[in-house]
Amino acid sequence: MSNPTTAVPVHDERPPAAAAPAAAKRPGAPRNRAREWATRAPLLPALIFLIVVTQLPFVATLVISLFDWNSFRPDRREFAGLENYKTVLSDEALRDSIVTTVLLTASVVIVSVVLGLLLALLLDRKFRGRGLVRTMLIAPFLLVPVASALLWKHALYNPEYGLFNGVLNWLGGPQPEWLTDTPLIAVEASLIWQWTPFMMLILLAGLQSRPLETMEAARLDGAGNWQIFRYLTLPHLRRYLELGTLLGSIYIVQNFDAVFTMTRGGLDTANLPYTIYETFYNAHEYGLASAAGVVVVIGTIIIATFALRVVSSLFREEVSHA
Amino acid sequence: MTAVSTPVTITPVTDAARRAKRRGAALGLLAWFVGIVFVLPVLWMLLTSFHSEADAATNPPSLTASLTLDGYKEFFGSGGGASPWPSLLNSLGTSLFSTCFVLLLALPAAYALSIRPVRKWTDVMFFFLSTKMLPVVAGLLPIFLFAKDIDFLDNVWLLVILYTSMNLPIAVWMMQSFLADVPVSIIEAAQMDGARLPTILWRVVAPIAGPGIAATSLICFIFSWNEMLFAQVLTGVVAQTAPAFLTTFVTSQGLFLAKVCAASIVISLPVLAAGFAAQDKLVQGLSLGAVK
Repeated sequence: MSNPTTAVPVHDERPPAAAAPAAAKRPGAPRNRAREWATRAPLLPALIFLIVVTQLPFVATLVISLFDWNSFRPDRREFAGLENYKTVLSDEALRDSIVTTVLLTASVVIVSVVLGLLLALLLDRKFRGRGLVRTMLIAPFLLVPVASALLWKHALYNPEYGLFNGVLNWLGGPQPEWLTDTPLIAVEASLIWQWTPFMMLILLAGLQSRPLETMEAARLDGAGNWQIFRYLTLPHLRRYLELGTLLGSIYIVQNFDAVFTMTRGGLDTANLPYTIYETFYNAHEYGLASAAGVVVVIGTIIIATFALRVVSSLFREEVSHA
Repeated sequence: MTAVSTPVTITPVTDAARRAKRRGAALGLLAWFVGIVFVLPVLWMLLTSFHSEADAATNPPSLTASLTLDGYKEFFGSGGGASPWPSLLNSLGTSLFSTCFVLLLALPAAYALSIRPVRKWTDVMFFFLSTKMLPVVAGLLPIFLFAKDIDFLDNVWLLVILYTSMNLPIAVWMMQSFLADVPVSIIEAAQMDGARLPTILWRVVAPIAGPGIAATSLICFIFSWNEMLFAQVLTGVVAQTAPAFLTTFVTSQGLFLAKVCAASIVISLPVLAAGFAAQDKLVQGLSLGAVK
C-alpha cells in the first residue's frame, strides 16, 4: 500500500545510474529501501495470490491430515496424530496407487520423449509436405484430454465396435478386450499418443536452433551422422530434453482425466490423484485423503528437487548469455 | 537438403549421392506414415461423428456408410438431452476471464523479474515453478470445504480463481523469458525522453514482447479449457464446464458413439483451431521461451 508514495522520490534520484550499485551497498539508506520496494512491488500481487490460493489450502490439508474425520460422522471428528499416514502407507490399495503413479508417469514420459526425439529428427529433414505432417502430429495434443480418453475408450478400444478390433477382424486376428486385458498399458498408450507430439514440438524447436556452422565444420572434418548426433546434436538438445521431461512429469503425475474416464481407477490403474478424489469425494474420508495428498506432495518434492536442479541449468545458460 | 545442394556441386551423381537421396525419400515417407498413424484416431472420431448410431457401432467398421449430421443435432439438444450451450459458455467464460487475470498478475511480476530484476530473482522464479509442482489434489479438499462453507460451490468464479492460480506460475516463467528479450537500453532511452511507465509499456515493451504474451495467453486458455478435476469436484449444474459435460454423455442406458464423437469434436474445436493457427507460437510458449 505504501509503495506508490515511497516510490516518488526514487524518480527524482535517477540520473547517476552508475552510482546506484555503490549506494545500494550502504545498509539502511531509506531511499534505497524505497527503491527496492518499488522494484519488488509488481511481484507482490502474483506472489500473494499464489500463496493464498495454493499454499494456504495445502497447510489446511496438512492440518486435516492429522484428524480422523469422515464427513458422514462429523460428530466423531478427533485428533489422530499420524494415524492417517500409517493407514496410507500400510493400506494396500493406496500403496498400489503410489506404484501405479510412478509406473504411469515414468513410462509415459520416457516413451514419449524417445518417440518425440525420433519424430523430431524425422521432421528436421526437408521433405514434401513437412508442414502438413507436423500439423497432423500436433492434433493429438490439441484434443481436449477428456475427449481423447473417450475416443480411446469407446471408439478405439471397445471390443465390440472399436477400430482396433475392427481392423483385427478384417485381418482375421483375435479380438482382445484391451481395457480389461492390459488396462495400465491401454491408459499409457493413450497418454503417450497425447504427449509425444508435445515432446516432438519442443525437441524440433531445439533441433532447428542448432548452430549450422559448427555442424558444417564437423562434417568437413569427416564426422559421420552418428558422431554429429552424439557429440553435437544431443548436447545441444539437453536442455530441451530436460524441459520436456520436467513439464511432462508435472502434468502426467497429476493426470486425472484419463484414469477417471477410461477405467474409473479399476484394474490397478488408480493413480494417486484418482485415489484421493475417490477417498474424499465418494468415501468422504477427509483425514485419509489429506494424508494421501501430503504423501503425493512429499514424493513430488523429492522429484522436484532433482528436476529443479536440472532446470537451473536453463538459467545458467541464460545468465551467461546476458 | 540434397535437392538444394545437388545443382551446385559439379561432381557427377555418384552412387553414394543416389543412395543418400533414396534414403532421404524413404525417411520422408516414414514421416508421412507416422503422421498419418498419429492423426488417424482423430480422423476416425471425425468420421464416426458423421455416422448414424447404427453405422458407428459395427464390427468390422463400415467405411462406406452414408454420412449424417444426426450426431451433431443430437448433441445440440434436439434429442431431448441437456443443451450443451450453458457448459460451453461456462468454459468460454472461465477460460477467458482466468486468462485475463493471469495476464494482469503475471505481466507485472515478469516485468519485475526481467526488465528490472529484483535481487535473488532466480529464487523467486523457482518459487513460482514449485507451486506448480504442488499437486492440485493436495489442496483440493480444503478448497472444497471452504467453498462449501461460504456457499461458493458450483460457481464459475471459483473456477476462474483456481484456473488463474493453476496457470500463473507457467505464465510468469514464459513471460519472464519473453520480456527479457526487450533491450533495457531502449527502455532507458525512452525514460530519458521523459516517457512515463504506461507509455513505455505500451509503446516499447508491448510491440517486442507482444507475440510471446499472445502465446502465453493461448496456452493459459487451452489449459483452462481442458481442465477437468476442479470442474468435476467443485461444480454441479450451474457452473459445469464443457469437459465435465462431456463425461455425462456416457450414461447407464448405453453409449451413443456418434453423439459422443460429435460432442468431442465440438468441444475440442476451439483448441484445435487456435492450436493449428498458432503452431509456432505454441512451440515457443511451451518451451517457456527457451527457443528463440
